[in-house]
Amino acid sequence: MAESNGVIAVRGSGRPVGRYGLRFVALGYLLVLLAAPVAMVFYRAFRHGLGPIWSSLTTSEARSAIEVTLIVAVSAVVLNTLFGVGAALLLVRRQFPGRHLLDVLVDIPQAVSPIVVGLALILVYGKFGFFGSWIERNGLKIIFSLPGMVLATAFVSLPLVVRSVAPVLAEIGDEQEQAARTLGASSWQTFRRITFPSIRDALAYGVVLSLARSLGEYGAVTVVSGHVVGKTVTLTLFIDERLQNFDQTAAYSAAVLLAIIAMGSLLISRRLRTRSRSRA
Amino acid sequence: MSISVRNVSKTFAQFKALDNVSVDIPTGSLTALLGPSGSGKSTLLRVIAGLDTADEGTVSIEDRDATHLPPQRRGVGFVFQHYAPFKHMTVYDNIAFGLTVRKASKAETKAKVTELLELVHLEKFQTRYPAQLSGGQRQRMALARALAVEPRVLLLDEPFGALDAQVRKELRTWLRRLHDEMHVTTVIVTHDQEEAMEVADEVVVLQDGRVQQVGAPAEVYEHPANDWVMSFLGPVTHFGDLLVRPHDLDLAHEPSDDALPATVVRVTRLGFQTRVDMESKGAPIYAQLAREATGRLTLEPGAQVHVRHVRGESVPARVGATPIADDVL
Repeated sequence: MAESNGVIAVRGSGRPVGRYGLRFVALGYLLVLLAAPVAMVFYRAFRHGLGPIWSSLTTSEARSAIEVTLIVAVSAVVLNTLFGVGAALLLVRRQFPGRHLLDVLVDIPQAVSPIVVGLALILVYGKFGFFGSWIERNGLKIIFSLPGMVLATAFVSLPLVVRSVAPVLAEIGDEQEQAARTLGASSWQTFRRITFPSIRDALAYGVVLSLARSLGEYGAVTVVSGHVVGKTVTLTLFIDERLQNFDQTAAYSAAVLLAIIAMGSLLISRRLRTRSRSRA
Repeated sequence: MSISVRNVSKTFAQFKALDNVSVDIPTGSLTALLGPSGSGKSTLLRVIAGLDTADEGTVSIEDRDATHLPPQRRGVGFVFQHYAPFKHMTVYDNIAFGLTVRKASKAETKAKVTELLELVHLEKFQTRYPAQLSGGQRQRMALARALAVEPRVLLLDEPFGALDAQVRKELRTWLRRLHDEMHVTTVIVTHDQEEAMEVADEVVVLQDGRVQQVGAPAEVYEHPANDWVMSFLGPVTHFGDLLVRPHDLDLAHEPSDDALPATVVRVTRLGFQTRVDMESKGAPIYAQLAREATGRLTLEPGAQVHVRHVRGESVPARVGATPIADDVL
């Protein structure tokens, strides 16, 4: 188990002081950085019991924020799943000019700050943007509405599905797919019956990761959302807005909700990852 | 002709895998594509199956041009070197796959798969997954899976390569019997001369992407087209400027016109045969003698003998071509 967490246990590494010292530093660091702040959020939220949490999460604004978050996150995840599987297949199974470029492009969202992503989307799709004016003339609105938020969210979580699926595709190789072809299977049958079952766990892992990332996205979304209350405010934006208005109970309650969803996803993804590894 | 390959060439990056290859494979025969690694034999098989496409040339299967047909429409069964089992399916589902994608009825599929399970002796293993099978069982499952769609042509890529010696021999004999019962045109790729000789009706010898010789096993062994084929198919030794089989040489103490004088260097007894290493005019030469032949000679290091080529084929040894002299007994 130690290896699967990326930690290598070194046994008998000298004096007990050194050994315990290292543990103390590692755990202390995590406590200061992670455990204490998260615990504080929970403490603040639950300080007066469940009642205030419930009422602050059932206001029409909060309910709308939850709804918008789910719509945006689920749409972004669907887009990324389709693109992710397609891109992974292209990258691993095909040789074509521009393959290396695609490989590099896929990782760009991880390197670029989400704010920059948001700004870039405005430049392209905004009212005075490259496509924006044409799009608006045709009655569509992307920036300061849901489609823009979906695009921004999809952009920042784009590599997660590709990078979960591609290594598994590379590892299983294409012999099973070739065998299916010689047995008379069409491309679609080969994908559905051979490729998909082999990448299913890795794909689920990527989907959960990108869902967690999408639910928590703030930077890119805040730029393109326009903060229209009840329409384009997600949970993260809602938390920010409540904090600005000194409504701490609502802010902490929403934060706890997000934290619980995120931790839930993390637990699921862990189980999926161990399952896909033990099978391979 | 069941399979007809015409002037096929195929290049990977800089490497010329097939160089103007033409081969005809008669209906119902079992043909071996024999060659060392890198000779293009597997590429030729994949081109026939449609898994690789030829840069030039044509392939026709059962008199139908198949050059541009995708693999699923060629009516070929392909058995991969590492069997390519569908890991997430049971043995039964693996074998049934070709019928399932053709949307055959449940009853029809069941009848066919049951018949095949019996044929490959895997009835007891039908609910197992490939990971729970031995190498030989996986091999037989792969064969049954390929046969399920009743292919016009069965193609096997190094089918016994990953098995241990004992299982290999058994499966080889079994495959030959199977072929004699089913009469489906079969092509196997192998680098093992003995395997090709034992199993095939016809052998296609390939080297560097070119066909060196085509013929019945005995014919290519006894009448090799050139020194390379001769040394690839069996043991050879230099007899003057000629390449000969060491078991075609005889030794005598008395000189004769057609004999080469030589000095014995080493004598090795190998069961019923004796290998005599000698030196003749500074060049090494060796003979493989039957027991009764060694009885009438006194052979020990330093002894003077006369070597004669008494039977079999000889081909001129090309300058610079160094045959594999002594790795085959």
